Amino acid sequence: MMRGLRAFPGLLRVGFVSALAYRAEFLVWMLAYTMPLIMLALWTAVAAEAPLGRFGEREFSAYFIGTLLVRLSSGAWVAWDLNFEVRQGTLQRRLLWPIHALLTFLAENLAALPMRAVMSVPIAIATTLWLGPVWVKDPVQIAIIPLTLLGAFLLTFLPMAMIGTLSLFWESSLSLYDLWLALYTVLSGYVVPLELFPPQLKAAVHALPFRFMLAVPVENMVGLMTREQALIALFWQWVYVLGFAVGAAGLWRVGLRRFAAYGG
Amino acid sequence: MVIEVDGLMKHYRVHERPPGIAAALRSLISRPTRLVKAVDGISFKIAEAERVGFLGPNGAGKTTTLKMLSGLLLPTAGQAHVAGYVPFQRKPEFLSSIMLVAGQKQQLLWDLPPAETFEMNRAIYGLDKAQFKQTLDELVEVLQLTPLLQKPVRQLSLGERMKCELAAALLHRPRVLFLDEPTIGLDVTMQAAVRDFIRRYNEQHGATVILTSHYMEDVAALCPRVIVINDGRLVWDGALDELVRSTRPEKLITVKLDQPASPELLALIGEKRLISQSGVQLKLQVPQPELQPLVSGLLSRAAVVDLTVEDPPLEEVLADLFAEHAS
Repeated sequence: MMRGLRAFPGLLRVGFVSALAYRAEFLVWMLAYTMPLIMLALWTAVAAEAPLGRFGEREFSAYFIGTLLVRLSSGAWVAWDLNFEVRQGTLQRRLLWPIHALLTFLAENLAALPMRAVMSVPIAIATTLWLGPVWVKDPVQIAIIPLTLLGAFLLTFLPMAMIGTLSLFWESSLSLYDLWLALYTVLSGYVVPLELFPPQLKAAVHALPFRFMLAVPVENMVGLMTREQALIALFWQWVYVLGFAVGAAGLWRVGLRRFAAYGG
Repeated sequence: MVIEVDGLMKHYRVHERPPGIAAALRSLISRPTRLVKAVDGISFKIAEAERVGFLGPNGAGKTTTLKMLSGLLLPTAGQAHVAGYVPFQRKPEFLSSIMLVAGQKQQLLWDLPPAETFEMNRAIYGLDKAQFKQTLDELVEVLQLTPLLQKPVRQLSLGERMKCELAAALLHRPRVLFLDEPTIGLDVTMQAAVRDFIRRYNEQHGATVILTSHYMEDVAALCPRVIVINDGRLVWDGALDELVRSTRPEKLITVKLDQPASPELLALIGEKRLISQSGVQLKLQVPQPELQPLVSGLLSRAAVVDLTVEDPPLEEVLADLFAEHAS
């Protein structure tokens, strides 16, 4: 593990250079994150008639700009890479390295974050100019923004890594990722703020991991949480991160015994 | 011994289904499987700094064995120790002391120059800058990589890529080098260059080299010892020349005369020894003990323009060996 952590800065550097090499493809990929903007247009039109709970036009705008920023900061693609590399047998390159293969995927996915900043920083600045100061003002909540974003990224990456690892057991596990993504879209606050869910559904949604992948960092960022709520949410977010990290490592260990790249 | 293998096995099940829609529908209910014995109880030992050829026909289990020895595949049964470690425990110290180079699989970063892969490997293997620079400088000089370092890998030729693959694989100076078809697809000159480099690395660093190749020139040039497997079973383990002697004890003689062979000369040679006659050139196959008297007879009774004595081609020796074991 220590060897992997020592190698991590070097892997991040190469990952960033790779992201630069694919810059055009990468920018197009980021532009595909249009769902929050569609939702923004839809919900602000609804709120123009009358506010929904705490959400008026301005709150909806801030919330969906927040979801766009969190999505840009937490995107990962490890499930596709793992499926591809297992099927092509090219995973063996990583398996020969003396560090955990998932750590190398993590570095590659994380190294693209500065490229995403190219898009997310101007969006944040433009939002501030457009809507005024919509961001949280509490210094503790500001301080935990990076932690909630990192937590959201890891909660995107780790379940994806687990689903990708299942390709060591099945011929392809990407259809399972489609199911996960469908649940995420509905239950993370991506299309509807969770606050607007019916009360009986809200309790279930609060216990599931999807909220910590998106709604928690967004609500903290735009000041929809109190400091206490934010700190409790941060705690549970990182409990989930730990749980998925242990799960991913365990599944990987079992999956490796099934690695079946026989022959050349 | 740097490698000890005892009763190593890899068996697995494959699904089988005939072509066609009916068979595809039937497979939804029942999928028959077949047990494949890719490696079926092989045992051998390899000492430090040995160069060993690992031979066998396609599907014999060579690559599967190398993958088990490099910790990629979990053996079904049996024991293996490489450099003092059990490969599938995949300890970082073990993975830092070996490398598997497969001619058909690349480890270079496709869209970046090779220098980036070298830097990545420096981070992965935790090499300090001075050691990394020294090793890289050596490799760059021996493999003549300078003009390739800054070019994206996708723009390199196959031979150039293989040279960079070797450099990337050897930056951490592995003690055990598994080479799986390292010269596949390369032209004759590049094959020779890769062979020379492998021999040099083995001699300079005392690394153990196990090589699989379908090019028998690779094996003949590099490996004093060969291990031959067929259908997952070991059929030969010993010196290459001994394999040739015991499987095909005949020598091949090609003799060129200044005029077509006389009936007396043909009688001396004998019908059984004559493989072919084309003008003034004769090809003979002679058992080892009869070689000297026959060559003396030829030289004394005919005007010989040229004469060569060779072992039979390794491909034919192996074909005989596999046929013998199949029967």
